[in-house]
Amino acid sequence: MSTLFLAHPEPDGTLAKSALEALSATIQLAASLETPFCVGLVGENPGPAANSIAGCGAARILTVSGAQFSQARYATDAAAAEALCRATAATLVTTPATSRWNRVLPGVAHRLGGHADSHVTGLTVAAGQPSISRWFYRQRMEAVFTRSTRPWLLALEGGIAPVAAVSNRQAQVTAPIENITLTLPATRTQVTGFEAPASDQQTIRPDADLLFVTGAGWTKKQADGKVKAAEAGALILDFLRLSRSSLGSTKSLVDLGGEGQSVLPFLSHLNQIGQTGSTPRHAKGLATCCHGEEPHTVGWRFIGERRAISMDANCGWARGKADILYVADAFAVMAEVNALLAT
Amino acid sequence: MYQIIVCGSLVPDPLQTLEPITGPAGPALRNEMMLPASLDPWARHALYEAANLATIHPGSKVWLVSLGPKAKLQQVMMTIAQKVPFELIALDGPTGGFTDAAETAAALADAISAIPGLDLSKVLLFGGWESASRGAGATMQIVGERLSITEQFQGVDSLTIGDDGSLRIMERVEGGQHQVSVCNAPPAVIGWATGNLPEPSNNPRVGMSNMRGIMAALQTIKPAPVGTGDITFTSVALPTQTRTTRIIKDIPPAQIAADIVAWIKGG
Ligand SMILES: Cc1cc2nc3c(=O)[nH]c(=O)nc-3n(C[C@H](O)[C@H](O)[C@H](O)COP(=O)(O)OP(=O)(O)OC[C@H]3O[C@@H](n4cnc5c(N)ncnc54)[C@H](O)[C@@H]3O)c2cc1C
Repeated sequence: MSTLFLAHPEPDGTLAKSALEALSATIQLAASLETPFCVGLVGENPGPAANSIAGCGAARILTVSGAQFSQARYATDAAAAEALCRATAATLVTTPATSRWNRVLPGVAHRLGGHADSHVTGLTVAAGQPSISRWFYRQRMEAVFTRSTRPWLLALEGGIAPVAAVSNRQAQVTAPIENITLTLPATRTQVTGFEAPASDQQTIRPDADLLFVTGAGWTKKQADGKVKAAEAGALILDFLRLSRSSLGSTKSLVDLGGEGQSVLPFLSHLNQIGQTGSTPRHAKGLATCCHGEEPHTVGWRFIGERRAISMDANCGWARGKADILYVADAFAVMAEVNALLAT
Repeated sequence: MYQIIVCGSLVPDPLQTLEPITGPAGPALRNEMMLPASLDPWARHALYEAANLATIHPGSKVWLVSLGPKAKLQQVMMTIAQKVPFELIALDGPTGGFTDAAETAAALADAISAIPGLDLSKVLLFGGWESASRGAGATMQIVGERLSITEQFQGVDSLTIGDDGSLRIMERVEGGQHQVSVCNAPPAVIGWATGNLPEPSNNPRVGMSNMRGIMAALQTIKPAPVGTGDITFTSVALPTQTRTTRIIKDIPPAQIAADIVAWIKGG
């Protein structure tokens, strides 16, 4: 049995935190299985990234390089991953669960006659057999299982192992770096760029400690009978600026935007947390003007400490979903919070 | 003119309580057959986007390929048929989240290959980028591979077709960004996220014309007994962690704010 860890450098040539976490998990996995592991890197120029982890203990470090591999594109990424898996005859393949690997892994597994599992949140070994944990029904139940077919390709979620053990060993270069050349697959796709809000309007910050969630209550008629969307927008943006938190939202609130009502222009479906939104990882989460219904709160599965501010003492948060529920007017509380943070 | 094929599974209504049990074929949900079902949310977006595209490009046709228990397909089609025109290709098999994506993909790919007059050069293969049951984001890629379609996109929020027939696609990537790609022509696999379209209102006329085809598809439905493949489940469990919520009320906003700020700033 041998394990291959696949990663791609970021545009600046380094490996992202999620890649170093997944590498760390792979090192632990290989140690538990008492088998060697290899590293495969795909990118335009993966050499510096390969050097940065050359002391990680890998038996071999392989790269697929060239301008075509700078783009996160199915045809080329799948071909590169397939070539690396074949070159190492890997039976287990691990990757960080980036959008780039998630896009190709199941297809690569199919080509190799194996299987792929995504969103892996735990890896264990018992009696020489690896098992994984992952959630089903959008974070509502967790399963532990193994597969008999190899290769078995696993996209590992962030936070399942620490980063440090790997990056500390940068200096001890051991494995030589082998570059694999492959016949380029035909592709009819060009990645032309990225679209993102201007950096001062970027509200999604995966590395933030705090997730700040806004609910439809911000746009509802308040005690004085008035809708205060402009005031809500200012309070929310001020809080994001002062706290550097990441902005999440309920579906009800982002859907309002699509229906042309008076809402918060900086919110999009990308902010939506929950069953049909995202399931981010943050140490803390603060929900405001949100009812805490199950399709929303399943998206909080990987949020550590949870607090909520709602006018409704019987909302979903009160039923074991938050550690603390403040029954209060979020407009008043957040104005005070911002004043305190500004001092 | 496109052949737009939408793959969509059935999932339990998200407001239902779900409880795992061990069934004869592996893990299952308690009262699975009794739970009200709906078309998977992201697949639903895919279907609406498909219908919209077919309207913009006259002569295009939309198929909905769905593998699920016949009785549930019948129930879900009653509502979904009211929304947009499509032809149903139905496969009778288990729809739960514990079945293996590769087996489902094989059954879907076979059903798609059997579409009379299928012309790959016109095919846009749509689906949700992940299901609300297995949540794996694997089925569409494998269907694509089986049909030799290697232009694939996942987490798509926008597809626009240029005058030259090229596809401009926006996919969700990390950090709230979209990656923009241009693919020169079909075929392509598009795993949809939310897209940009609201839910269409019910249209009884569309419902009537869809229903004829749907009834025929259900009458001639083929079995697709997909299973859990090579998986051995050790456990399936609801999260054990239950929080004891402390409810704080009747205290001034300034005091709550001080509490929250201390919490945010503390380690
Ligand atoms: C198929 C499907 C998928 C879904 N997926 C998702 C999903 O991914 N994510 C998601 O979020 N939802 C999802 N939902 C919707 C979900 O069921 C809820 O409808 C939604 O989360 C409710 O949003 P909300 O809490 O913002 O709004 P509401 O239910 O309207 O709650 C607003 C809350 O704000 C409070 N409030 C009002 N004013 C104030 C104030 N001044 N101060 C404090 N509190 C105030 C009110 O007391 C109330 O509790 C889904 C539903 C379905 C059917």
